[in-house]
Amino acid sequence: MVGVIDYGVGNIGSLTHALQKQGIPVVVSKDIEVLKTCDGLLLPGVGAFRDGIGNIDQYGLRDFIVEFAQTGKPIVGICLGMQLLYEEGKEYGTYKGLGLLKGSIEKIQGQRLPHMGWNELVINKEDPLANGLMADDHVYFVHSYYASSFGQEVVAYSDYYNKIPAIVRSGNIIGFQFHPEKSGGVGECLLRNLKEVFSC
Amino acid sequence: MLIKKFERGVFMLKKRIIPCLDVRNGQVVKGIQFEGIKEIASPVALGKKYSEEGADELVFYDITASKENRQIFEDFVKEVAREINIPFCVGGGIKCIDDFATVLRCGADKVSINSAAVKNPNLIREASEKYGAQCVVLSVDCKKLADNKWVVFVRGGSENTGLDVLEWIERGVKLGAGEIVVNSIDSDGMKGGYDLDLLSAIRARVTVPIIASGGAGKLEDFYEAATVSDVDGILAASVFHYGEISINELKSYLVNRGVPMRQI
Repeated sequence: MVGVIDYGVGNIGSLTHALQKQGIPVVVSKDIEVLKTCDGLLLPGVGAFRDGIGNIDQYGLRDFIVEFAQTGKPIVGICLGMQLLYEEGKEYGTYKGLGLLKGSIEKIQGQRLPHMGWNELVINKEDPLANGLMADDHVYFVHSYYASSFGQEVVAYSDYYNKIPAIVRSGNIIGFQFHPEKSGGVGECLLRNLKEVFSC
Repeated sequence: MLIKKFERGVFMLKKRIIPCLDVRNGQVVKGIQFEGIKEIASPVALGKKYSEEGADELVFYDITASKENRQIFEDFVKEVAREINIPFCVGGGIKCIDDFATVLRCGADKVSINSAAVKNPNLIREASEKYGAQCVVLSVDCKKLADNKWVVFVRGGSENTGLDVLEWIERGVKLGAGEIVVNSIDSDGMKGGYDLDLLSAIRARVTVPIIASGGAGKLEDFYEAATVSDVDGILAASVFHYGEISINELKSYLVNRGVPMRQI
């Protein structure tokens, strides 16, 4: 069972539906007692870093998520959820993130923002998360801030003014900057790969 | 000249092809210049078909938006959302922030507002602050009055607001609209091409994504909107609904002419 953390940031119906469609059993909750029994956690979210991390603190979830990460079970962040996994975010001020990935979240240096639409994924390193991805595969992005660090954690990236880390992984900590649930057949392929990671 | 438009190279997103479902009483319909409306098909079947054929996004408008039919519409939004795996924009009859919450809960990713934004521009700001600019699509029905002078119409094209299109759009973006759908009443259903002058004039004023709507008849019309007016998305209804143009065929054509496209 995968616990989708419900911390009050946006519509998660389409995400949970897409996960279920790939045969991933999910429970949507903000209750630590429920989440801690899960085989993995999924941190969704749209909106600003400040509001997202604020809600996590308000619901008392910060320490729980960090401790869950130490068990070695997977934690997957999507869009804002991925950004919150980093050390800090610089949207509307500087805010401390969950610190599970190294680096900070900064504004894309470009004129046409948000980065909203279909962009091409470029593979940076081999990883089971990217199994089945082909050259010229596209995914759907909606964001104006990005992870400005670019290290060994980057599995795939997209070019948009900056090099935008799109799929990242450091051990059991995983992030998708785009929306796999809105990315057509390519997104479905990536969710199937996630199913392996969650081994469910 | 046209080639120059694509010199942003790797920074460039793919141009989006967006089928639009105008839904009345649970059926997809299509008229000409907003009138003479005919029923065509079920929105769920069409939405699923377009998603599978490689549409980059789906737009769904409730064109009746009467109270008694609103529930039917919401049920269809839910059903379509479950069948597709691409971004989904829903509009028609959105009057207040609670209506945003309702359609988002039904599975929409973006909400399109039109008449209500003209009546209460602050709704744009309110929705943008609550759900983010990417969620707020300002749909503008435009009619040409004189050379390079367009005015905003509301209520399905029946009421002239007197607002200048370019000024209204600029204001909408400042208030927090994350995307603009430009409906040309003059071109709607005429199949004579998009209103390129109008689209280019808007492109020169705002940097948010612009979606061209109204006038698609042949493949070249899409090419011109994408290149001459440099819009981000191109919306069409009847050419897709009646099978005159298939999404696959259109995308291959555009790729061959050098327009960046996502192909599946």
